[in-house]
Parts: sequence; structure tokens; C-alpha cells
Amino acid sequence: MTVTLPDQPAKTPAGQLDDAGKPPWRDRINWARLTPYLLIVPAVLMELLVHVIPMVVGIFISFIKLTQVYITNWSSAPWAGLDNYGVALRFGNSQGKALLQSFGLSLAFAVLCVGISFLFGMATSLVLQRKFRGRGLLRTLFLIPYALPAYAGIITWKFMFQRDNGLINELLTNDLHLTGDRPFWLIGGNAFVAVLVVSIWQQWPFAFLMTMAGMQSIPDDLYEAAAIDGASVWQQIRYITLGIMTPINSVLLLLLFLWTFREFNTPFVLFGAVPPKSADLLTVHIYNSSFITWNFGFGSAMSVLLMLFLIVVSALWALWNRRVNRRYA
Amino acid sequence: MREQTSFRIFRWVVLVPAVLFTVVPLYVMVSTAVKPLGDVLGEFRWVPKTITLQPFVDIWSTVPLAHYFVNSLVVTTSATALSVVIAIFASYAISRYRFRGKGAFSGVVLATQMFPGVLFLLPLFLIFVNIDKSLGFTLLYQTRLGLIATYLTFTLPFSIWMLASYLNGIPRDLDESARVDGASAMGALFRIILPSARPGIIAVAVYSFMTAWGEILFASQMTNSASRTLSVGLQSYSTEANVYWNQVMAASLVVSVPIVVGFMFLQRYLVAGLTAGAVK
Repeated sequence: MTVTLPDQPAKTPAGQLDDAGKPPWRDRINWARLTPYLLIVPAVLMELLVHVIPMVVGIFISFIKLTQVYITNWSSAPWAGLDNYGVALRFGNSQGKALLQSFGLSLAFAVLCVGISFLFGMATSLVLQRKFRGRGLLRTLFLIPYALPAYAGIITWKFMFQRDNGLINELLTNDLHLTGDRPFWLIGGNAFVAVLVVSIWQQWPFAFLMTMAGMQSIPDDLYEAAAIDGASVWQQIRYITLGIMTPINSVLLLLLFLWTFREFNTPFVLFGAVPPKSADLLTVHIYNSSFITWNFGFGSAMSVLLMLFLIVVSALWALWNRRVNRRYA
Repeated sequence: MREQTSFRIFRWVVLVPAVLFTVVPLYVMVSTAVKPLGDVLGEFRWVPKTITLQPFVDIWSTVPLAHYFVNSLVVTTSATALSVVIAIFASYAISRYRFRGKGAFSGVVLATQMFPGVLFLLPLFLIFVNIDKSLGFTLLYQTRLGLIATYLTFTLPFSIWMLASYLNGIPRDLDESARVDGASAMGALFRIILPSARPGIIAVAVYSFMTAWGEILFASQMTNSASRTLSVGLQSYSTEANVYWNQVMAASLVVSVPIVVGFMFLQRYLVAGLTAGAVK
């Protein structure tokens, strides 16, 4: 075993410290060995209690028939084997079909939300990279939606999307005269647009924050040197900024995708526990079948499938990321 | 630096929509909070007809907002403080030591980012109930302590990851020379590492605080009327026959202002922490 920081200061003459030293029963090398473990013990305990053990239990539940009949006495629920997974993945029947639809919806939602948030955040970071008057103020302003507690922002949007007394319909019908009837936003097909807009509103400041932080670490002389060589602003962005930002952007995109794909708050606050079909994102779909219809075995099976999907995505990302990093190293 | 016209146009094309998109909901929140209920129920008006501060008085009696506020404050502050301390120790171990199981530990920490919350909501609920049952009294189930334990763990993975990258950026010579001078591992951590890692630590604290303050899924299942936090409490204005939108907005404003103001003061640390940390 190697320890980078040996607990005994090896660089001092060996005899000195030992003479002054500790009683022989206190084996110092053992302490040095133990230090990192003692340091991670609290984190390990909490991870076990809240993440790892519940996840193992959750995987176990996906193999039993845990319905409301057994909820008070869950250990006596009958073994289901792969039945829950079978129901989830049989896309011909109604539950499998609903899951597939919900998955497709979540995928479309995540791709749109991450893509737009990223482009928007990146563009804003780019134009705020150069000093001009009001830059600091704008920076702070753009971060407010990120700082705002999620429910406060979402509830405000919920009010704006109200059919009869919301701002969106006022804007569309009375101010811009784009439609005659006031559309519904929180029920029916438009709900997808609503949940997407609200999620982008909450996500893009994070993309902005990360890209801005990344751009701050790019030294100014790179740009100055490029400018002296006659590179236009666009060329500087293309060859300096985007090049240096590639590793940061790839981490950011993965994080945004993982977070967006598991997004729960926005649909839950906008629509309540039962969202309209067009906004039936996976996590809410799973929440529904677990806590509304009390079929926990089936809900857990779908959660496990969701997790497997995210693991596959992350693994593919890691492969791709290694290639990208090698190219830019 | 000389700017091209095309770039100046691009700046406007980006900034105008960005400002409008950001500001309009904030304006709606503020302007609705000062309208009487009657004005809120009709068609939306950009400029309030009458301005009243009554909603800011009513919010406290319509729902026990002060109670929720205290719960949120207790839960969030405790979870943040504990999470930061635990993350400091763990990230110090990851950044400065090589030990068997380090790879597994880091892997599990990162993998938890892929766990969907709904997957362990019910198991966690069952585990808490069973711990309480074997203890003979309610310790974790639907209590503030249970919520604290949950939230502090939620924020741990990202905190450990961000802080470990931050510590990696602090030259090893600093703590190694302190160790040569006879400081213990803890001495080097507290006297050398922590002062230099302050931006990273504040960044992690801000992240943890905001995550815990805004969490909804677990708060909706893991609290009862005694331990309810703001994220669930705020939705109780909407369960009445009439939705008190002006009060909803006033309450949202009240619970947001402390966070936003705090965030504004600390944002440069967050940027510094991210620059040196997660962004690497």
C-alpha cells in the first residue's frame, strides 16, 4: 500500500523524531494507513444509509409484487422474478406502451432542454466575456433564476400559464393578437411546451455559470496574441474559446442531461402528481405508478430501467470523452 | 480589444431575449404579490391597478408559513453544515492520499448521480420506518432529522467531487512542507488546506444550501404537518377552492429574497470554486 503523505516526516533525520517520540505501542505507520479511511467514514456511512442500501432495497423491490395489499407487510410480498420488468418492457400492452411513450417524451424533452439551455448559456457567456458597461449587473441578473428556490420559479410560471388570468395568454391574444382563443397550457398538448420552457428557464443559468467560469480561466494573452496575428473575434471564439472549453462543455452536457432526464420538480409543481399525457415525463410517470396506484414493484422496475439507461449513457459519454480529451491533450 | 460590428449585433441578439426571458417572470412575481385578489383573478394586467401590501400580511395566516420557514431553515442549515464538513474530510482523503478502495469510493460517489430519486424514495421510507420501529421512537421517519440526513447525502457526491478537484489545484508543497515541520494530517488540513480552499468550500456550501432549500420530491413524502418545509408548504395556497395567486407570489418572494441576496454576495466564490474545481 502506498500513502503519498507518510505520517512520519521522512525528510527529517530519522533518529531525531523517534527519540523524542511516541510510546512504542502507538504504531505510527498504522495511523498513517488509517487516516484516509477515517476521513471517508462519515461520507461512507451516509452514502450507505441514504443512497446505497436504499438502492439495493429498491432493486430488490423491483423483483417482488409489492402492491397496496402488501405495503404494510412488505417482507411477505410474493416473489415476482422478472415479471415487473416483463410488464414494463412488453410494449404491446398498455403499461409497456405508456412507459415507452413516456421514455420517448423524456428523451425529446432532455435533448431539447439541454441543447437549448447549453446554446443559450454558451452564447451569453461569449458575449459577456468582453468587458462593457453593465456586464456585472447582467451576470447577476442571469443567475437569479438559478438562485431562486425551484418551486418559487415554477409556481410563478404556473401562474403565467393560467388560461384565463395568466401572462402568456394575455401576451398572445390581447397584446400580440396571435390567436383568437386562449389556449390551455397546463392541460393537453401544449403542456409539453410549458414544461420545456420552464425547465429551460431554470437550467440555462447553470450552463451560463459553468461556461462563464470556464472562460474566466482562459488567459487574456491568448486572445491578444491571436488579435495581433489578425484573427477576427469570430476566429478567436472558434479556435481559442471553443477549443479550450471542449472538456468543460462535455462535462457540462453530461451533467445537464443526467439532471434533466431525472427532472421531477417542474412537472410535479406545474401539473401536480398526474400530468397531462404530453408532459408525462419518466420520473413523474414512475412516481405515479408507485405512489398513486401503489404498485411499487412495477415502479421500482421502471426506476431500475431508467438507471440502467443513464448508466449506459454515462458509459458512452466516458468513451467519447476519452477520445475528445486525447485529441485536445 | 477591437470589436467587429457583427459581434456587436450578435451581443444584442443574445442579450435582449436573455434579459426579457429572465426578467418577465420575476416581474410577474413581484407585481402580482402587490395586487389585491380581485385583480389577480381577472385577465392579467401588466401594471397593477391598485397596489396593496395586504398579501404580505395574509400569507402568514392562510398557511402556517412561519412554521414551514423555520423547518426549512433548520433542515437546510444543518444539512449544509454537515455536508460541507463531511465533504471536506472525504475530498481531502481523495485528493491527498492513495488508499485501497479509493477508486471504488469515488466511483460509487459519482454513480449516485445516476440514481433516479424515485428509485430510493420508497426504500428510504421503509428503512426509516424500520429504524424507528427497532429504536422504539420516531427518529427519522417524517422528521426534520430524517430530512437532514437525506439532503446532506444528496449534496455529498457533487460536493466531494467539486472540492476534491479544488484541493487538487492547491499545491501539495504547501501541506507537505507543513507536515515536514511536524504538523499532523489534521493540522495540515485545518491550518493549511482549509484557508486556501475557502472559495471552494463556500461554493460547495452555496450549492448544498440551494439544493436542500429547493428540494421537492422527498419533502413531499418524507414530512408531516410538523416537519413540513417550504417547498411543500408553498403549494398549500393552491389547494383551496380559490387559488390565492397574489399570496402565492408574495410567499414565493418572501422565501426567495434571503436566498437570492445571499447568493449575490457569494456568487463570486461560486464562480471561483467552479473555475478551479468542477470545471477542470
